[in-house]
Amino acid sequence: MARITAGVGVSHVPAIGVAMDTGITEQPYWKPVFDGFKKSREWIAKAKPDVVFLVYNDHCTAFSAEMIPTFALGCAAEFPPADEGWGPRPVPVVKGHQKLASHIAQSVILDEFDLTIMNKMEVDHGLTVPLSVMFGQPDEWPCLVVPLCVNVVQYPPPTGNRCYQLGKAIRRAVESYDEDLDVVIFGTGGMSHQLQYKRAGLINAEWDKDFLDRLTSDPVGLSQKPHVDYLREAGSEGIELVMWHVMRGALDEDAVEVHRHYHVPASNTAVGHIILENKE
Amino acid sequence: MNKEYDDIPGTFVFDADRSREGYHLNMFCISLRLAENRAAFQADEAGYLTRFPMTKAQRQSVLDRDWNEMLRLGGNIYYTSKLAANDGVTFQELAARMTGASSEDYRAMMLAGGRSIEGNRYKSEWEGKE
Repeated sequence: MARITAGVGVSHVPAIGVAMDTGITEQPYWKPVFDGFKKSREWIAKAKPDVVFLVYNDHCTAFSAEMIPTFALGCAAEFPPADEGWGPRPVPVVKGHQKLASHIAQSVILDEFDLTIMNKMEVDHGLTVPLSVMFGQPDEWPCLVVPLCVNVVQYPPPTGNRCYQLGKAIRRAVESYDEDLDVVIFGTGGMSHQLQYKRAGLINAEWDKDFLDRLTSDPVGLSQKPHVDYLREAGSEGIELVMWHVMRGALDEDAVEVHRHYHVPASNTAVGHIILENKE
Repeated sequence: MNKEYDDIPGTFVFDADRSREGYHLNMFCISLRLAENRAAFQADEAGYLTRFPMTKAQRQSVLDRDWNEMLRLGGNIYYTSKLAANDGVTFQELAARMTGASSEDYRAMMLAGGRSIEGNRYKSEWEGKE
């Protein structure tokens, strides 16, 4: 039987990918960002997931304003890194687990979550930066990936509660898949940041810390946070954090924190990262 | 209709109304993701813009690189940032321009922990300061 063993929350700032791709991670500006992922790379090398279920958002790359699915599940055999306007990132093609993905699609839709199914999809930094920070720069990604793309660009994104409940449905789907697989689920994006207009540069470290704390102390209460709180307190782009609730919902309610990293700034954004494990 | 996020200062929430108003502007911006379109735009900006049925004001805001006006007219930052990238302007430089700060001051603000939330939650806190 397949099982979800752990969850990872992580920002997906594009500049982090650029820093890795251009080899400047040891520079004073970037070193503290990457130092916080050293332990994460050791952890994931030991956890050795067969599959990463990766919740992320597209930044008007695979989906333009023409089409805005709230939840889109990647069911393709592979997902090429996209050209976001300055050439594709020099990272390996992301390989899907097609059988698991189609099983999840079938299970979750019958569980009343009406997903869009993507049989062809390019992936942008929202998906590849989390893989880079967790796995470094291998020639091939060491595991298969099932991407779930969430709309957080056009307001409103799905509610925190909806995301949390979807996480539970994804867990039920994974646990009813009869191949022996270890799955780690990633929730990505955030933390506090605003990229636009006169309030750009907003960071709210206290709010971010409370969010990280409540992932273990009060995950259900945290999933009830109204959208306007994210917009006001964590910046207009901080609302990406709803995606972390999908990850959190897929874990046990009493999951434990095994690692945390927080740093300001990476470009315009607060970098947040947490690893949560289900108890044995 | 009043929206619960209307009282947040210095912020456009890209909702369905803005998305409707900004559709053609945003579709123009995203077209610049592809190198051949960037070349066509660079060769003849005004000519290229006629491919997209934008309003006159939207077209002018693009030609003027008036980043805040583009947002006001329904543009979204993930789209307008493609125009900035076309111009060789980094995301942080773009953010600085939208706030009216110099790049140096903006970068220094970020290194010092970013823009504080204190005094930046409600429009009422900005009255007389803009």
